[in-house]
Amino acid sequence: MHVLSTIKLPAKLDNLYKFMDVVSRCAKEQGFPQNRINDIELAMEEALVNIFNYAYKDNTGAAEVTCSIDNDKRFIVDIIDSGIPFNVLSHKDPDLTSDISEREIGGLGVFLMKKLTDDIQYRRENGKNILRFVINRT
Amino acid sequence: MEITKRKEKDIMIISVKGRMDAVTAPSFEEDMTDLISKGEKAFIINFSKLEYISSAGLRSILATAKQLKEKQGKVLFAELVGPVQEVFKIAGFYSIFQAYDTEEAAINQL
Repeated sequence: MHVLSTIKLPAKLDNLYKFMDVVSRCAKEQGFPQNRINDIELAMEEALVNIFNYAYKDNTGAAEVTCSIDNDKRFIVDIIDSGIPFNVLSHKDPDLTSDISEREIGGLGVFLMKKLTDDIQYRRENGKNILRFVINRT
Repeated sequence: MEITKRKEKDIMIISVKGRMDAVTAPSFEEDMTDLISKGEKAFIINFSKLEYISSAGLRSILATAKQLKEKQGKVLFAELVGPVQEVFKIAGFYSIFQAYDTEEAAINQL
């Protein structure tokens, strides 16, 4: 696996576009098509916004994003925080059949993440949450 | 994100351009809440120029629709394209909202 770029910034919404720009540029340089870059950006936004909102009780932590390319030329995005242990993948999928009044939006972000990436893995390591997205070229 | 509004008879037609994400969606919701509080009840949201929508965008749409439902209002969607169509599909939004290929078709339904 070959690391392309890493960015670490305070876990704040103001920095969302900075994180996304770095990763999008990497994916573009690797020749990924626009629709896949869109999927990557969306999965990233969902993961990062969760961290911005919930990872740190005092709102003063950082988020780190690393993008890499693996031996099969798949795009890998690692999203790392040192906040409270949180496995987003343990969220149950949202009910997509209820009507407008009952429809809950909670869990939809995680559901989008799962659907738009080709693989997604979570691990807790050395006090860090590490969420990994794997994105195929097509 | 850029929002343009125009009124045709009693229908507010809202066009959204750019990205509806965690940064921009709150301002969409504010605009809609403002119009609803001024008594607007019929909306068509044209997404032909919307390139990207995340769950934050979906949340603002749902919040708007809930407000409208309480006031017996209605919102229809028109001209969804590419990634936005895909996200609507994954999120199951087509089972709670009606979307039309053209703005005219949506207007005819209201």
